[in-house]
Amino acid sequence: MKLIINGETYAELKADMSVLDLLTYLNLPKAKIAVECNKEIVPKSGYKTVLLRDGDVLEIITFIGGG
Amino acid sequence: MATDTDRLVIAGHEFSSRLIIGTGKYETYQQNADALAASGAEIVTVAVRRVNLTNPNEPLLVDFIDPKKTVYLPNTAGCFTGEDAVRTLRLAREAGGWDLVKLEVLSDPKHLYPDMEETMRAAKLLIADGFEVMVYCSDDPVFARKLEDLGCAAIMPLGAPIGSGLGIQNQVNIRLIVEQTSVPVIVDAGVGTASDAAIAMELGCDGVLMNTAIAEAKDPILMAKAMKHAVKAGRQAYLAGRMPRKKYADPSSPLAGLI
Repeated sequence: MKLIINGETYAELKADMSVLDLLTYLNLPKAKIAVECNKEIVPKSGYKTVLLRDGDVLEIITFIGGG
Repeated sequence: MATDTDRLVIAGHEFSSRLIIGTGKYETYQQNADALAASGAEIVTVAVRRVNLTNPNEPLLVDFIDPKKTVYLPNTAGCFTGEDAVRTLRLAREAGGWDLVKLEVLSDPKHLYPDMEETMRAAKLLIADGFEVMVYCSDDPVFARKLEDLGCAAIMPLGAPIGSGLGIQNQVNIRLIVEQTSVPVIVDAGVGTASDAAIAMELGCDGVLMNTAIAEAKDPILMAKAMKHAVKAGRQAYLAGRMPRKKYADPSSPLAGLI
């Protein structure tokens, strides 16, 4: 399936991935990040259960230096 | 008031330092962490941005500044609408698990003045959503009052444009805001050097927030130390109460008993 993650297209992902599967696939730390799927926040408690669908638009954020 | 028991209280959170520093523009996160230690600050502002997907192993701020020991104050820098700001801080709350946030909704990149109409709108939405909002605002006592009435946790007027280092441009307004406000007033933006921070504190501000003044000093660690002293000195001078200004000289040695 295809996902748009942080503005980038990921075209060849396997179907029925959970948010947790995706984070693992992307090799991202699970702490101090937040995930938004189609402009809805996915709570940490939902990482295992929320399944991603073809065409979903995701934003994954963290904290960086700023004023 | 004894200064060792003097505390900054924001939405029920107590701090012994009245200095808040940013985490932008430093050469490295290590330099940032060293400056933080030298400054004695207990709160740092942080930005909310997309994770780097191409290099998930790049250094992380949290590896250098421990969020368990230092309060991370997520900001909305770079947001130009109320909706952007609310979306950003909701994500920040999910990532960090805290409600204390810095709201800033900017207008024109040339001067980075806050868009007060959008700031007010975003503040309303955030407060309704349970956030404790520390709000960056213009040095306008009228808007400062409106933001306090909305329920903001701290009023943070600019001293001068962000990153300009021009110092407190309108001391009259900052003083008016201090006098009328019952939540903490923190000068946010415009400080260039230690005396600027001291002036803000002498005006009666409860704290000072700065980034560039430290990060872009030739020696950021030494400047961080200077700011720590300046904020303390200004605070103590404010508490001590300055002498009245006089038009003419007044000799310090008695005139009686002259030979």
